[in-house]
Amino acid sequence: MTSPVRYQDPRVILATLRSARTVAIVGLSKDPLRPSNFIGFYLKRHGYTIVPVNPRETEILGERAYPSLTAIPFLVDVVDVFRRPDAVPDIARDAVASGAKALWLQFGVISPDGAKIAEDAGLDVVMDRCMKVEHARHLGRMHWLGFNTGRITAVRERGLG
Amino acid sequence: MSQDQRGSGEQGTREFGFDTRAIHAGQRPDPYTGARATPIFQTTSYVFEDPESAAAYFNLQEYGNTYTRIMNPTTAVFEERVASLEGAAGGVAFASGLAAQAAALFTMLTPGDHVVASSALYGGTVTQLKHLARKLSLDVTFVDPDDLSSWRAALRPNTKVLYGETIGNPGGNVLDIEGVAEIAHGHGAPLMVDSTFATPYLCRPIEHGADIVVHSATKFIGGHGTSIGGVVVEAGTFNWSNGRFPVVADPSPAYHGLAFHETFGMYGYLMKLRAESLRDLGGALSPFNSFLFLLGLETLPLRMARHVENAVGVARFLEGHAAVAAVRYPGLDSSPYRDLVKRYLPHGAGSIFVFDLKGGRDAGQRFISGLELWSHLANVGDAKSLVIHPASTTHRQLNDAELAAAGVGPGTIRLSVGLETLDDLTADLARGLAAATP
Ligand SMILES: Cc1ncc(COP(=O)(O)O)c(C=O)c1O
Repeated sequence: MTSPVRYQDPRVILATLRSARTVAIVGLSKDPLRPSNFIGFYLKRHGYTIVPVNPRETEILGERAYPSLTAIPFLVDVVDVFRRPDAVPDIARDAVASGAKALWLQFGVISPDGAKIAEDAGLDVVMDRCMKVEHARHLGRMHWLGFNTGRITAVRERGLG
Repeated sequence: MSQDQRGSGEQGTREFGFDTRAIHAGQRPDPYTGARATPIFQTTSYVFEDPESAAAYFNLQEYGNTYTRIMNPTTAVFEERVASLEGAAGGVAFASGLAAQAAALFTMLTPGDHVVASSALYGGTVTQLKHLARKLSLDVTFVDPDDLSSWRAALRPNTKVLYGETIGNPGGNVLDIEGVAEIAHGHGAPLMVDSTFATPYLCRPIEHGADIVVHSATKFIGGHGTSIGGVVVEAGTFNWSNGRFPVVADPSPAYHGLAFHETFGMYGYLMKLRAESLRDLGGALSPFNSFLFLLGLETLPLRMARHVENAVGVARFLEGHAAVAAVRYPGLDSSPYRDLVKRYLPHGAGSIFVFDLKGGRDAGQRFISGLELWSHLANVGDAKSLVIHPASTTHRQLNDAELAAAGVGPGTIRLSVGLETLDDLTADLARGLAAATP
């Protein structure tokens, strides 16, 4: 079985975080205490357009929800998945059909089959990684709470003052 | 390449070395001023950008600064740096080593739980565990740390954590971390290790299976005897949702129903340690002490190598001296811990150890009186060489039998070998030994 590590290349992760504008979140919950809601909230706060995909809801985090990826009437850059691993291959096929550029599988969503479907169609794939954590690690403020971001740099950031 | 993309080329793709991380991990040049040294953010609190941001910080939906009892940007650099050096998911700093240990345990334990701990721990930790046990209705069993079967035999259905020291204070017992970790994990419990005497330079317990590592930063991490502090780091790999830790996994009544492990995954325990235990117990580290600990960490590799070199020199000198009955430095070839040192401490067994004088309590006191360069005080892990005679100080209230149970004889001396010129250290010890010999 393919190890998730193959789909955890920091260069792919960074490039995806930097280039993405629109993120469809499959399995986004309306419950503010669910992990998916935390992540959706965070991504929206950091300027991404989030597109909830959840057939049981009409609106989540102030955004219109769609029943499936293929029902979204515009292009999304990233498909971020909070579903059981066995649901991933179908989601991957929908992601390919909808023209997304990347398939992102959250912590514990490990589906080598789904990853392969997306990869074969030319999508970037990230697996068993949290989009919020990776954003916070590389571009955000995760270091403010003592977490090990792995970032080492002597370069001064721009954009303040 | 635009400026803000610069420096990200290597991000995450390069494994930076230990010495690089000791200097850089956790800190970037201050984006506002360009300050290269870590600024001391001596502030109690932080202005919110807007009410929505404030709400997001308090809800833990965003990483944000609220109040220095819970987080501080200087302290965060210290926390991340220790986490990086230990190979951990993150860290939370505390006002002392004992505060760190108490909070780490408090986060995972509930009344009725059972703890299995080494009997050869720092005396303050033994007292703390007994005290916590009484106050929180916990059970604690102390076991011979050198005997894996005694760890196994002490397990009960309600055993929630196994606790040991990488190098025991003061006996120098070296923990078989992999052996004890396997026993802990077989029981669905984490292994917590106090690695104060080893520092991450000499041993990284997480690489050997430990789940939680605590340090009294007061010692080698600070390294100059200036500040009291402690830190907890966690590997992030223990499954707190294994059904045995509802206190970590279940929706928290102390945090509006948040389920920390589910919501934050590998960061859940640390988030709870900070957002609840540090918040509620209140033992926050001062930013100024964090700054001093950061300075300490920058030279940790250099200092520890020299501490070990001097310790080996001092131990060999003592081993050959007629007034000395035994030298219990795990780094000596004669040590019963020789094989464990090879496995867990390949760069040396630290610089804190005990030796036994041939005489009794009187000899111990005469030895101390004869010294002029070694400082007689109750601390370890300083650039300065330190000495104490437990039987006449820290263990003064104990009779000889009680002393023996604590692994301390009437003529036992504890040394913390510093960074001075080795010949000066041994010359001073020779003076003390002459004074101790009737
Ligand atoms: C091994 C060990 N752990 C913990 C502590 C407690 O640390 P602190 O004094 O920073 O509370 C000490 C202090 O002597 C120690 O030697």
